[in-house]
Amino acid sequence: MSAVVPALALEDISVTFVSPDGGRYTAVRDTTLEVEPGEFVSVVGPTGCGKSTLLNVAVGLLQPSAGSVRVFGEPLAGLNAKAGYLFQTEALMPWRTARANVAAGLEFRGIAHAEALRRADDWLQRVGLRGFGARYPHQLSGGMRKRVALAQTLILDPQIILMDEPFSALDIQTRQLMENQLLELWSANRKSVIFITHDLEEAISLSDRVVVLAAGPASHPIGEFAIDLPRPRDVAEIRLTPRFIELHTLIWHAMKQEVLKSYAQQQLH
Amino acid sequence: MPSNSSTRALRLWQIGLLLALLGFWYVATSPTLLPPLYFDDPNKAAFFFGEPLKVFERMWDWFASGTIYAHLWVTLLETLLAFVLGTALGLAMGLWLALAPTASALLDPYIKALNSMPRVILAPIFAVWFGLDIGSKVALGVTLVFFIVFFNVYQGVREVSFTVVANARILGASERQLLRHVYVPSAMSWVFASLHNSVGLAFVGAVVGEYLGSSRGVGYLILQAEGTFDINAVFAGIVVLTAFALLLDWLVTLAERRLLVWQPRGGETEKI
Repeated sequence: MSAVVPALALEDISVTFVSPDGGRYTAVRDTTLEVEPGEFVSVVGPTGCGKSTLLNVAVGLLQPSAGSVRVFGEPLAGLNAKAGYLFQTEALMPWRTARANVAAGLEFRGIAHAEALRRADDWLQRVGLRGFGARYPHQLSGGMRKRVALAQTLILDPQIILMDEPFSALDIQTRQLMENQLLELWSANRKSVIFITHDLEEAISLSDRVVVLAAGPASHPIGEFAIDLPRPRDVAEIRLTPRFIELHTLIWHAMKQEVLKSYAQQQLH
Repeated sequence: MPSNSSTRALRLWQIGLLLALLGFWYVATSPTLLPPLYFDDPNKAAFFFGEPLKVFERMWDWFASGTIYAHLWVTLLETLLAFVLGTALGLAMGLWLALAPTASALLDPYIKALNSMPRVILAPIFAVWFGLDIGSKVALGVTLVFFIVFFNVYQGVREVSFTVVANARILGASERQLLRHVYVPSAMSWVFASLHNSVGLAFVGAVVGEYLGSSRGVGYLILQAEGTFDINAVFAGIVVLTAFALLLDWLVTLAERRLLVWQPRGGETEKI
């Protein structure tokens, strides 16, 4: 038992979906996951192992079938107001300009329009999009839209940041730029992060801790690895250090069986 | 994008085609130019199909003497009212039913029935209810416009990306803010997609309503001309109506361009 109250605690979570024809699918079973304040945790696992399901439970979009969610010790009811969520797919409002998108959360919270826009401009600058505020999402590239989404989430200064494979649609160079930027923003003001990815290298280079999930259905954590790499890190350079390779080998060894299992299941379907 | 010169060539061809059609109309209906091709009397072609010069003469008279303006004004007013009321009702109902599944399930068969009904047939009933003044024409136009907008809004709200809604919720949007900042803007793009249709149908409602019974409006003018077998005036009325329908359509296109700047357009590649 740690003395600190975890920022986010998922306790014995099970999620079973019932399809209209009566079929049942258990995505996640008996999963416990805790994130300390200021800790960066990555959750890796093969595709279709219920990573996103866990995140949806953590943010309150999905009610777990069993188990409970605690946010700084308080049981979660409804949406998690202390959390920001970065989606895998496009979540920007296409009818709002970049700055209006970034300002949206502030406006929803009743902050005056002009003030919200001023702070949005400031955040756009922080994510390297100065001068792009007047553009609509369709006028921005995929990487820029991710930056806008990042600014949109971080402007609200959430205590917990949940990220669902946010960079998986980006090319490798853009991706590393975004990862470095994320680390820079995060280290300036450490919040708790759950970062979902299927990319083990990404997970190791960003995190303090990596949690490996088993292949679905009925996925659950099968291993936890502390990442003792020094910070600040450069995600491209750290991949070449011996310790990184050691950790990678270690975690990959644990993951391999699960990836093969998941692959075999996909062959069946 | 076609180049400027090819666009200009296309325009010239379009104008040429119009002139050729007018020329054919003129030659084929003139009592003196050609011996009768089909009819036994040289004046019969002109009687049935009118003569282009006389049609233009009639239009010239209408605009020069100013008699047309009162009628046009009435028709446009009816169109506009039908359009605005029909769109507002369609928008409100569409939003409501899309966001209230129970009400939607309850009303579903009724909406389907009302939509399948040939609603032009309601015109006589509206004439009884609202009299022969503009009220009955507006009512007819509203029934035509309403369903187009309604179905588009309904569809639009249902197809808002789940992620966009979830994201707005997590960013702290209340139900009201969700409606105002997510559902309505999303539905509006669908409303605009249907705007050309709805303006056209509002116009149809107005003119058909006038045609079936009225004392003013361009539809009334056409009805009068038909009563006296004045085929040239009928054609003149049709041309005036068409011109104004095109004008309305163009205005919609302008509004659309201004209000839907956030939507990607074909051929627009500017990024960076």
